[in-house]
Amino acid sequence: MLVLGTAVLGEIASSATQVYFIEALVSVVIVVGLYVFIGNTGVLSFGHISFVALGAWTAGVLSVPSGEKPAFMPSLFGFLRHATVGNVPSLLLAAVAGGVFALVVGLPLMRLTGLAAGIATFAVLEITNNILQYYEKIGPGQNTFSAVPETTGVWQAAIGALIAVAAAFVYQRSRFGRMLRAVREDAPAAAAAGISIYRQRLGAFVLSGLVAGFAGGLEVHLLPISYRDLYLDLTFLTLAMLVIGGVSSLWGAVVGALAISALDSFLASAENGVGIPGGTLTVPSGTRVIVEGVLMALVLIVRPSGLTGGREFSLRWLRR
Amino acid sequence: MTVSWQTIADAVSLGGIYALMAVGIGLVFGVLRLVNFAYGQLIMSGAFALALAAQWNWPVWAGILLCFAVVLALSLLMDRLVFRPLREQSPAVMLVATFAVAFLLQSIALLWFGALGKIASSVAGLNTPWVIGGVDIRKISVVAVIVTLACLAALQLLLTRTSVGLHMRAAALDFATSRMLGVRANRVIASAVLVSGFLAAVVAVLLTVQFPLVTPSFALRDTIVVLAGVVLGGLNRPVAATLGGFTIGFASGFLGGALPTNQSQYLDSFLFAAVILVLLVRPNGLFTRHGGTAQRL
Repeated sequence: MLVLGTAVLGEIASSATQVYFIEALVSVVIVVGLYVFIGNTGVLSFGHISFVALGAWTAGVLSVPSGEKPAFMPSLFGFLRHATVGNVPSLLLAAVAGGVFALVVGLPLMRLTGLAAGIATFAVLEITNNILQYYEKIGPGQNTFSAVPETTGVWQAAIGALIAVAAAFVYQRSRFGRMLRAVREDAPAAAAAGISIYRQRLGAFVLSGLVAGFAGGLEVHLLPISYRDLYLDLTFLTLAMLVIGGVSSLWGAVVGALAISALDSFLASAENGVGIPGGTLTVPSGTRVIVEGVLMALVLIVRPSGLTGGREFSLRWLRR
Repeated sequence: MTVSWQTIADAVSLGGIYALMAVGIGLVFGVLRLVNFAYGQLIMSGAFALALAAQWNWPVWAGILLCFAVVLALSLLMDRLVFRPLREQSPAVMLVATFAVAFLLQSIALLWFGALGKIASSVAGLNTPWVIGGVDIRKISVVAVIVTLACLAALQLLLTRTSVGLHMRAAALDFATSRMLGVRANRVIASAVLVSGFLAAVVAVLLTVQFPLVTPSFALRDTIVVLAGVVLGGLNRPVAATLGGFTIGFASGFLGGALPTNQSQYLDSFLFAAVILVLLVRPNGLFTRHGGTAQRL
């Protein structure tokens, strides 16, 4: 697992189009956050982008220099108007915000499974987006976050991704992770063996909320974002990454995120015209989502366990 | 809070339209256990068909015909290409798949028609008001309610008086058993999908009259709200789902029209908070009797 992270690092250092790589690493963090919950529990969630959004809001509002806040956030609460924190504390606070929000949401919702969980988490996404869009005392409302220090470079993103992957790895190897997998495979049997399904799911939800909030913090330090960027499209994209990579393994989450990010940035530059051997390839804008949608449906139909087939990466593959 | 008759009429007609969408979603859910997130994109395609027909100066009836043809063809395609291969998967996987289809259709529309959208003005004449007893009511509000009632009545007849309807109800109750008793799976699913597509086309016509500007995200928000309404009412029972759709449509139309903007902007939050609450307190829905249907989730 760690091998992979360093491989990515090596690749990046020599690259000229860095922003694509940084974005890829941030999406690794988001998808790993999704995976911690969906992969381990097998319960669907459409709501994780709301944790990303809250993390982004927290880190964003707190790290804009207070002199520049009135320009695009005129009606902030007083204590937010004057507080400014540095880069690392803002990321930590973003993670905490995501985790606390996940706890608050999860307390009632973790009793639901299947479709009901899908719809309920979707409702959470709707509510979060609605409130962030109109409640201007806690953020820029419909404005874009500008003037956030752009500290998410390659290194910050890579370290962030490594932290997320490590956290997810340790968690799934811990007894909590194993209990959750037991629940996923056979809930009645697991419950009979004395596992509290509710508590274990809540734990996974909170951890994935932490990771997602952290990703939001990274994201806001990377690009000027607004509430529109943290809604259905991102939900779709990150879910597609997870499904295409393989829902039930951490390796799948990472592979999916990197593969789709690579495809995404290739098509994005192709939308502006990109030079390939033998000419320039130009595709109309919007092709990205079409390709990803088709891929996602295809993977679901042909190979429901994703590219990696739900297996973890292991060194044994190399020896074969 | 000022309430005009027009607000109430609009709310009733929106409730009717949402009820139709709820039926369309509920029918497919009944036989397939599939929540079709891409339902709104079917409506959007129908709306674009109407817009194109208007652009080519086709007569109104031809435009509506084109709308129905496009939506029905797309429904069948969706069933054949996506739903059928995935039939054995869990509802959650199918929900993700329809999510993918929804985005696919939306971005095809974006590619084809651009983000700014087109105007579907073929049947806009219905937007003018009738004056009834000194009160202005837009014609479309009345027409929408009548069409809704007619569709629901026809559907009721279809479900209770024909063998196809009987098969559909049987399949909704217990798919495996009904299959053993001679219900042909592919046919009953295809017919449910067709009826649901038909309703989507009707909704497309009704919605474009009220909102003539057709963009790629046309009906997206409506679908999300209707999905919430269907869950609110009770996914397992068509009548309950319909009532749920109507309720949420009426509530959203009424509050949206009656509240001042600085309050109605949070309308979505309240609607979805209500959905979460219902899911927690009565997972089978508001309009269902307890213990009637087993939760098959």
